[in-house]
Amino acid sequence: MKTPVRQRRSAGSMIEALNRKLARDLWNIKSQMLAIIMVMACGIATFIMTFGMLDSLTLSRDVYYDRYQFADIFAQLKRAPYGVRQQILDIPGVSAVEDRVVFGVTVQVDSMIEPASGKLISLPDGRKPLLNNLYLSSGRLLLPDEDGAILCIESFAKAHGFTLGDRVSMVINGHKRALKIVGIVLSPEYVYSVGPGAMFPDDKRFGIFWMSQRTLEAAVDMDGAFNDIAIRMDRGANMKNITQEIDIILKPYGGLISYGRDEQMSHWFVQNEMNQLRAMGLFAPMIFLSVAAFLINVVMTRQVATQRVQIGMLKAVGYTNREISAHFLKMVLLVVMVGSILGVAIGVWLGAGMANMYTQFFHFPILKFSFSAEVIIFSVFFCTISAVLGTLFAIRRAAKLPPAEAMRPESPAQYRRTLLERIGAEKYFSYLFRIVIRQVERRPVRTFFSTLGISLSISILIFAFFMEDSINYLIEVQYDISQRQDVTLGFVTPREISALEEIRLMPGVINVEPVRSVPVFLKSEHFSKRSSIMGILPDPDLHRILDRDLNAAQVPEQGLALSSKLAQVLHVKKGDMVTAEVLEDRRPILNIRVAETVEEFIGLSAFMNIDQLNQHLNEGTMITGASVMVDPLWNGPLYQEIKKIPAIASMNILLKARELFRDIMGENLMKMVMMNVFFAGLIAFGVIYNTARISLSERGRELASLRVLGLTKGEVAYILFGEMAFIIMMAIPLGLFIGYMMVVGMAQSMDTELFRIPVMIDRDTYGLSVLIIIVSSVLSFYLVWRKVENIDLVSAQKGVE
Amino acid sequence: MIVNEELNNKITFHTDALTKDYVTGETVVQALRGVSVEVPEGDMVILLGPSGSGKSTFLNIIGGLDSPSSGEVYFKKDRLSDYSEQQLTQFRRHNVGFVFQAYNLVPSLTALENVALVTDISLDPVPPMEALEAVNLGDRARHFPSQLSGGEQQRVAIARALAKRPEVLLCDEPTGALDSETGIVVLKALQDVNKKYGTTTIIITHNAPIAHMADRVIYFGDGQVVDERVNENPCSPEEISW
Repeated sequence: MKTPVRQRRSAGSMIEALNRKLARDLWNIKSQMLAIIMVMACGIATFIMTFGMLDSLTLSRDVYYDRYQFADIFAQLKRAPYGVRQQILDIPGVSAVEDRVVFGVTVQVDSMIEPASGKLISLPDGRKPLLNNLYLSSGRLLLPDEDGAILCIESFAKAHGFTLGDRVSMVINGHKRALKIVGIVLSPEYVYSVGPGAMFPDDKRFGIFWMSQRTLEAAVDMDGAFNDIAIRMDRGANMKNITQEIDIILKPYGGLISYGRDEQMSHWFVQNEMNQLRAMGLFAPMIFLSVAAFLINVVMTRQVATQRVQIGMLKAVGYTNREISAHFLKMVLLVVMVGSILGVAIGVWLGAGMANMYTQFFHFPILKFSFSAEVIIFSVFFCTISAVLGTLFAIRRAAKLPPAEAMRPESPAQYRRTLLERIGAEKYFSYLFRIVIRQVERRPVRTFFSTLGISLSISILIFAFFMEDSINYLIEVQYDISQRQDVTLGFVTPREISALEEIRLMPGVINVEPVRSVPVFLKSEHFSKRSSIMGILPDPDLHRILDRDLNAAQVPEQGLALSSKLAQVLHVKKGDMVTAEVLEDRRPILNIRVAETVEEFIGLSAFMNIDQLNQHLNEGTMITGASVMVDPLWNGPLYQEIKKIPAIASMNILLKARELFRDIMGENLMKMVMMNVFFAGLIAFGVIYNTARISLSERGRELASLRVLGLTKGEVAYILFGEMAFIIMMAIPLGLFIGYMMVVGMAQSMDTELFRIPVMIDRDTYGLSVLIIIVSSVLSFYLVWRKVENIDLVSAQKGVE
Repeated sequence: MIVNEELNNKITFHTDALTKDYVTGETVVQALRGVSVEVPEGDMVILLGPSGSGKSTFLNIIGGLDSPSSGEVYFKKDRLSDYSEQQLTQFRRHNVGFVFQAYNLVPSLTALENVALVTDISLDPVPPMEALEAVNLGDRARHFPSQLSGGEQQRVAIARALAKRPEVLLCDEPTGALDSETGIVVLKALQDVNKKYGTTTIIITHNAPIAHMADRVIYFGDGQVVDERVNENPCSPEEISW
């Protein structure tokens, strides 16, 4: 007899048999495992989507910035001769300087009754720009000294359907000109191009154009001079020192304070988006994977419990603890594997969709969703770790079971009177209810995590819906309470107050209020910020300021009303003094008291009584723009009239801004909301379905015997679902609270210098979130109920398994 | 409803040519092949037979847990085979007490609460405490199942079954998981209930000596009744040894 061979063969078939058992065990709990796989897949998918997107954005941005020489420092000034450029180049640490003329223009497009605003930027003649080079999307670059030709930014061309050779009419320094588009371009300076005072890019109403330097200089009387400068630093140079030097050099030329990339509008938005993405990329997968870990823990613990006798038998016939642990671990890893494959596929799909969405806002030469192997490895690794950690306890229990004990039936689960009963409330509880709450209390950890899981899905829903509430509220405050004008006009240069009367006489104008805006550098001790002071009427009807409770407030008679965010940046409070360095003309330095702090969602502004501001500036009553209320029937004629006035540099139609705001947010928000509703529903479903299934499995015999004793299906379902219902009831207030805290956290993370979002949650949002969870619960109950319907009554009669 | 003239109120169960087939895949297992028996009211009946002889299937059918493939089951004058699922639930709820081999107590309820759970849904129950005292467990009323021995758990199960004053008590291997000493205590409890309340009691066992305490013994073999004996002088469980 060849014993060794035989042994080997039998050992081999034993392992094979164990694998077959594994496959069958998994098949028996397939719907539970499927729910877990889905939650896991969502964790992996959100991880891959966000970090893949982050990688893609970083790559697109870095390559773009590098190849097209995106500048490090930017400054605007009034006018400086060419020679100043050399002075700046001589600053230690500066490696390249490009001077330019940048000029605001009004663009007239035939298909639009209102004018668009734009920026005309000079390009050096006969050479490539040293900095902020253009990516040519179609057509050609400009020839030296080419007159009558421009390059147009792609977003504007696309929005209006312009092609090469089309002519664009614009008013440049009071002269109307029709310029031919010879090239369509992208610029690293305008990856995200947002018009002045806007929060979202409006490709139709804001365009960027490039023109030959000498031609532009001639058109705007800037011969031999520049008013904008871009600088590149040596690697490792100290930016603060350089900007200080630049400010000193440019001061006599009307220099505004220079700034780095972090205050460059386009770069800031890209960076801000990436920061948001990173936060979400950690947060969302963490929730999913923790929930998956919890669910897999519950299911595996139950698996070990039901297989108690089998484990004892396996040990009795000679399987080692290690083999048994490996068996259960394999089960978990198989689930992780399926979840990972599904998650990667969904992640790539979602990522491609997200990249597509981003191309609407961020204009890179190429933005494709790509992801590195590391992203996949990391996500699968985290998923595996969390799942294994979740199961470790159950597996250890299986390994530790002594075979003899395992083969004996488990003694009845231990229960005790609950806290409520011990204080004497038990007489108020029915027996069925006692079964329910004792079960809840017997497994405090499981009850806690189930509650937490359901709470989290409620909070995800609140979080999803809150954006809409918040933005509706923001729109309402911004356009119905604060900026009630229909149109904001900006002049090319400050004008006498009498200009207001001319506007008042225009067609359809109902009301008009003056605005005097002056750029300032605000300082308090070592804190400083570039901003502008807006002088407005003391008791305005149109452009109003808001107090802490977002009600219209009076402009203080004396001193500044600072937006609370600006006050925070400057570390000042009501009553403190701030220094305002005026950045135009005589550049007076003013010491002004902060009389009030006001609320504002967009930008960092300081407000002042217009008369007081003019007194401080010692310039007589000048205005730089106006807020206008228009009879809607007269919009067309008014816009036509405004288009003809060269002195008006900008025109902001608030109704259009509001529409745009809604469109952009509406479309993208809906997608996000749908995704979050799906995610939250899935988590809730996963937790409730699994917990109910486990309960059913644990108490199948108990419920069957109760049915035999004459309890109806309804009464049995009460016991089974009562526990879940109890948990859901506890989860609702907790979920509402966590949701609120998440919203507060989100608002804090979005609390930036460019914009802020209000913490505003409608009551409907709370209601809808709870409703979705209840619907999700009912669905999972229904699926489990079908199992209750089929409880085998005869099984209760059987002996001990 | 067809009522057999000979069937009077003194007969609790009457079955006629009862068959039950279980189809698993392509094989058909005939668990019962024509069982006709009568169980008089108030009798203690013991079903004896080897495993697979059909006694559990028979008990499940007369208890309303399962339905026959053919044949008739009468509970008193009512034809059980005509009952809907709801009616069967009501039948079990009000007329039948079950005692299982595995006790099947609700682990999260105390002994008293386990009994009260059933009396709560009964029309004319014995007070739960009295039912526990009937099986000599008055002092263990506030204990949870995990704090009771196997015999005690089974006696709680009997108290639970008798507390609703059922007309029949069906017990499938009530002593199967117990040692003989404890088993006797449990059997004594069953006999006491049978005597005190006059409850028709049907007990399945494969333990032949227990048959001595029965009024009637029905022998099952291969899905049929192979023998039926009436015991004129049932003995007390204490006199039984196995």
